[in-house]
Amino acid sequence: METVKRSHRHPLIRVSNLTMAYGDFVLQKDLNFVVRRGSIFIIMGGSGCGKSTLLRHLIGLKQPALGSVHYNGVDFWQSAQQTRNTIMANCGILYQSGALWSSMTLSENIGLPLKQHTDLDHGTIAELASLKLNLVGLGGFEDFYPSQISGGMRKRAGLARAMALDPEILFFDEPSAGLDPVSAKLLDDLIIELRDSLDTTIIMVTHELASIFAIGDDAIFLDNEKRTMIDQGNPHTLLKDSKEPKVKQFLTRDGSQSRS
Amino acid sequence: MSNRLSARVEITRENDQWTMVLSGHWLLTVEIKGRKPLNEFFPPACRKLAFNCDELKEWDSQLLLLLDRVKSYCSRQNIVIDETGLPSGVRRLMALSSAVASTKLPETDEPSFLERVAASAHELFTYCKTLCSFTGELVYSYSRLFTGRAQYLRSDFVAFVYETGPAALPIVSLISILVGIILAFVGAVQLEMFGAEIYIADLVGLGMTREMGAMMAAVIMAGRTGAAFAAQLGTMQVNEEIDALQTMGLNPIDFLVLPRMTALILMMPLLTIWADLLGILGGFVIACLTLDISLTEYYEQTLAAVKINHISVGLIKGVIFGYLVAFAGCLKGIQCGRSASAVGGAATSAVVTAIVFIVMSDAFFTYIFDLIGI
Repeated sequence: METVKRSHRHPLIRVSNLTMAYGDFVLQKDLNFVVRRGSIFIIMGGSGCGKSTLLRHLIGLKQPALGSVHYNGVDFWQSAQQTRNTIMANCGILYQSGALWSSMTLSENIGLPLKQHTDLDHGTIAELASLKLNLVGLGGFEDFYPSQISGGMRKRAGLARAMALDPEILFFDEPSAGLDPVSAKLLDDLIIELRDSLDTTIIMVTHELASIFAIGDDAIFLDNEKRTMIDQGNPHTLLKDSKEPKVKQFLTRDGSQSRS
Repeated sequence: MSNRLSARVEITRENDQWTMVLSGHWLLTVEIKGRKPLNEFFPPACRKLAFNCDELKEWDSQLLLLLDRVKSYCSRQNIVIDETGLPSGVRRLMALSSAVASTKLPETDEPSFLERVAASAHELFTYCKTLCSFTGELVYSYSRLFTGRAQYLRSDFVAFVYETGPAALPIVSLISILVGIILAFVGAVQLEMFGAEIYIADLVGLGMTREMGAMMAAVIMAGRTGAAFAAQLGTMQVNEEIDALQTMGLNPIDFLVLPRMTALILMMPLLTIWADLLGILGGFVIACLTLDISLTEYYEQTLAAVKINHISVGLIKGVIFGYLVAFAGCLKGIQCGRSASAVGGAATSAVVTAIVFIVMSDAFFTYIFDLIGI
C-alpha cells in the first residue's frame, strides 16, 4: 500500500573527508559519515565544536575547505548552480530561532517558497499554508505576525515553513532549545510523525539528551580538542558501547544521569 | 522535470458505494486531470465515500490539499468518509492536522467612517502625550546629569561626539558649499539687473548664517544621525537590550538617550558655523567667476553685512535643531516594535519627524526673531 517516494540506490547524503575551516583556523577535519534515507541523524558535541557549522556545510551555506558532500550520489560543490538550487529546494531548514520573516504573516512566510518554486495560484497557496499550519498545531494563526506569537509557536511555524515544499530532507538546528520539556516532547513526537508519514530524512543538531535518545537513529559526536568526530552510531549503542569517555560523559551528563 | 508525470482523480459507483479513485503522481508540480469544483464532482446521491489509491505512485501536499477540501466538504454535506483506502502516511498526517483544533479568532467588523476619525484623533492625542512624556523624562534625565547622578558611559559619549561632529564634516562641507553656490547663482541673476552685484555678499552671508547653514546641517544630521539613532535603539529594543538595562537598574534614557542627545546638541552649533563659512566661500567663488567681484570687496561686504546677531540666530537654531533631531531619533528608537521591519519603520519615521520638526520650528523662530528684532 505504501507508495515508494524516490529511488533508493544511494545513501541520501555522503560526507567524505570533510574539513571545515574559517580562514586558517581548522574547526573540524576528516569527517566521514553517511546519512541513510528516512533516518533521524543527530549531530552532537560540546558547545563551540562546530555542529552548527557542519549544518551550514550540509545545507550549502558554506563551502568545505577540503572534502566533499554528496547528495544522492551528486557532488554538491562540484555541480552547477542550477543543480545546487534543485538540491537545496529539496531541503527544508528550521533555524535555531525560527528565522521567520518578521514583516510577513505566518501564512505569507509559508507561502513565499511555494510562490517562488511552484505555479500554484494565490488561493491554493493560502490553503496549503493553512494546511501546514494545521499540521504543526497552529491552525487559525495564519494572519499573525511572528512577533505576535510565542517562541515555541515560532519554532513550529518555522517547521511549517521548512515543510512548505515537501522536502526530502529536513535540517533542524537545536529544535528544542528554549522550549519547556513538554513542548520539546511534543516537537519530538511531531518530528517522528512527519518522518513516518512523509518518509522525510531528518538531520538535527541538538544536545537535548531526551530528544537524542527518544528519536535518534544515528548520531555522530564532534570533539572540541581532537577537532574531528570521535564516534558514531545509534545513541543507545553509543551509550552502552562507546570506548570514548567523552561520548559517555556527554550521553550521561557526566554520569549524573543513568539511562538504559 | 515532472512534465511527463500525470495525476488523475475520478469518482466511481458500485451499488451504494462511491469511491474516489486517485492515481498517478500527486505532486504540487503536476497538473491534475479530472478536477472539478467539489459540488459538481460529488453526485447528490452520494452519502458514503471510500478511497482507492492502488494506482497512486507518489504524493505530497497536493494530495493532502485535495483531501482537506474533500473532508470539509463532506462534513458539510454529511457524507461519511472511510479513510482506510488512503496510504497510511496520509492518514497519519490527516489525523495530525486535526489533532489540534484550529483556533477561532473573534471576527472584527470593518470600522465605520466615524470610528476611523475617532481612532485617528485618539492616535494623535496619544502621540502628543508620548511627545510630552518623553520631554518630561528628558527633563528629569538632564536634571540628573547636571547634579551628577546620571549613569552613562563616558566612552559612549566621546564616540557619539566624534560620530556627530568630525565624522559628519565631509558631507556637511559638500552640501554647504553647494548651497552657497546655489544662493549666489539665484541672487546674481536678479541683482545684476539692478547693477547691485556687490549685494550678493549680503545675500549669501545672511542667507547662510540666519537660515541655510543651520537648516542644511540639521537636515543632513537628521538623515545621517537621527536615522542611525533610531536604528540603534530599535535594534536594542528588538534584542531586549533595553529591558536588560532596565532590570540592571540603569535608566535607558540616561544611559542611551543622554549621551546621544548631548553630543548632537553640542556638535550642531559647530557644524552650523562650519556650514556658514563654507557657504560663504561657495558664494564667493560664484561672485568671483561670474560677477568679477574681488576677494577684498566680497570680504569687506560680507563683514559689513553679517553681524554677530545673525550668526547667533543661526547658532540658536543649530542647538534647537540638534535637540529636535536627537529627540525624534531617540523617541522613535525607544518606541520601536520588536521586529526587523519595525526597525526600518522607526528609522524612516525618525527622519520624517525630524525634518517636519526642523521646518516647523524654523518658521516659528524666524517669526519670533523678527518680532524681537534680531
